[in-house]
Amino acid sequence: MATWTWFHKLASPPYLYRTAGRLLPWLAIPAIVLTLAGAYGGLVRAPADYQQGEAFRIIYVHAPSAWLSLMAYTVMAAAAAVGLIWRMKLAHALAAATAPIGASFTLLCLATGSLWGRPMWGTWWVWDARLTSQLILFFLYLGYMALHSAYDDTQRADRAAGLLAVVGIVNVPIIHFSVYWWNTLHQGSTVLRADGPAMPPSMLVPLLVSFAGYTLGYAALACVRLRAEVLGRERNASWLQELGRG
Amino acid sequence: MTPRRKRMLAVGGVLLGVGAAAALAFKAFDKNLLYFYDPSQVAAGVAPVGKTFRVGGMVTKGSVQRAPGSLEVRFVLTDYAHTVTVSYTGLLPDLFREGQGVIAHGQLHDGLFVADEVLAKHDEKYMPPEVAKSLKHATPPEDRT
Repeated sequence: MATWTWFHKLASPPYLYRTAGRLLPWLAIPAIVLTLAGAYGGLVRAPADYQQGEAFRIIYVHAPSAWLSLMAYTVMAAAAAVGLIWRMKLAHALAAATAPIGASFTLLCLATGSLWGRPMWGTWWVWDARLTSQLILFFLYLGYMALHSAYDDTQRADRAAGLLAVVGIVNVPIIHFSVYWWNTLHQGSTVLRADGPAMPPSMLVPLLVSFAGYTLGYAALACVRLRAEVLGRERNASWLQELGRG
Repeated sequence: MTPRRKRMLAVGGVLLGVGAAAALAFKAFDKNLLYFYDPSQVAAGVAPVGKTFRVGGMVTKGSVQRAPGSLEVRFVLTDYAHTVTVSYTGLLPDLFREGQGVIAHGQLHDGLFVADEVLAKHDEKYMPPEVAKSLKHATPPEDRT
């Protein structure tokens, strides 16, 4: 079972706290560089769209935040499942650390989508399957956070909110496939489609760079929030007092 | 059975249950989840008569007619199998053009769809204007519908 030792070590709060701190600069710096490069490539270098003109550039914020909202939820649900099944407290800590990040990017996705919809579609909002399921994702994040803060006992909070996170994973494939399963106003996926991305490289490369930047940005933010979460949960532990003295 | 295995089965069971419930609910409410009907569904009588609904399709080239002196516009929506003639009075979204997808909200009156809202639907393809222009020249006109 030697291959799993790295994983078991992560169940130790001081080890996780230090590892997350050590990883942080290696995630944060490339995240900032890639996000800025993607924004520059998308907002300045990429050509305008033949139909939507300059307005299509909002995709360089909208699509990466949409991707992040789904990825973060998958991480949160997987962490909550590990926490529920293996009774691993720090997996719950990761889920709790992830929820506000995911909620923020879901809101960013909804807001940029609305700003984009007004000039192009002619409406800020419609209740089609894609937009509605993405709004439900936002409520699932908020529900996790509300349920978690409703309990004084962290362990009970973790279990109750964790179950909600696991159940909510059903919504993730629904969001992705909603545009194929039902008639929607929202168009199909541009990047993740069966016969390859529907964009020339001059538009696609900055978008992929942004995807990478946002993904690393999530990881960096998760490290910061996970450390704070560990500190809060371990506030009475002796290793922390030693850390404070040293 | 170890407690951990039991918990694993419980989590898996809950997921399976919720997934099945969601699938059944979607099957039952399938019609309500359709944001719009296409012209073939209207022709087949699937769309509700005498009620407000949405119809979506491509604006047929050369079909847009504006009534002089008013904001009324008429156009033919097609899904390349059937068509619906739409009448709309008001401002159209920027992306409204012939050959472009739109969704109209309104009622069917004697075969004429009277819309109170028209939204533009665009596809997932993006390209620079030069590429679009050269593509247009490269495709023979009969494939360009």
